[in-house]
Amino acid sequence: MIAENVAFGIIAAAMAFGAVGVVRTQNVVHAALFLVVVLAGSAAQYILLGAEFVAWVQVLVYIGAVIVLFLFGIMLTRAPMHPTEPMDNNLRFWALLPSGLLAIVLGGLLIDAFGRDKIHLDAPTPNVAITNSIFRVYLVPFEVVGVLLLAALIGAVVLARKD
Amino acid sequence: MLLNQFLLLGAFLFATGVYGVVTRRNSVLVLMSVELMLAAVNVNLVAFSASLHSVAGQTFALFVLTIAAAEVGVGLAMILLIYRNLHSSDLDDVDVLKG
Repeated sequence: MIAENVAFGIIAAAMAFGAVGVVRTQNVVHAALFLVVVLAGSAAQYILLGAEFVAWVQVLVYIGAVIVLFLFGIMLTRAPMHPTEPMDNNLRFWALLPSGLLAIVLGGLLIDAFGRDKIHLDAPTPNVAITNSIFRVYLVPFEVVGVLLLAALIGAVVLARKD
Repeated sequence: MLLNQFLLLGAFLFATGVYGVVTRRNSVLVLMSVELMLAAVNVNLVAFSASLHSVAGQTFALFVLTIAAAEVGVGLAMILLIYRNLHSSDLDDVDVLKG
């Protein structure tokens, strides 16, 4: 029990550090690498929660594909590596206001609603349960997501193509 | 483990993402902040899935992951198009509709 909480604390601290890095760093490539820390951290949290399949899908899809896509985007738009002007606009206060308010209200609400509810994990979720859920209960949404991915694929090709 | 520790982590990540979306000027960085918010939602979904002993949350997390990947693909294509037309990926320069 204690080992889990220690692991959670370490991973959560790393994730918080990475998240602040994503929105604060002045180097675009560093922001992408900070995002890797956050996503790898959330994959580790999924393993703590017994959701191994989601964790590995997260590693494959996010860290394997999405981050690479981001790095391609950074290179193709020739984002400045050593920017002469700041990467942030001067709305820092107006950004801190809603996000701070959101964090406070949401945090208070969660503490009020779930208090000290515990998670009782007996065993990691077997992959059979997830496949049954996807291919039986949520079969139609699964197919719709497939069509959506195809539409996104074609849309991205049409948008980015030179003619 | 408490359920709340995961939910509060998710809330913090989401708030950070909101801050990034408002304050960043580079469009790729804005997209990264959106990705941060989606990661926060996924943490919540998986935490509830473990808490309620139901697989539905994990299935939803997988759907969110798929949509996020599609969103990044289309989003980067649009950013590329903006860059090609305006020679800048700075969102402050996209003000054609400004009166």
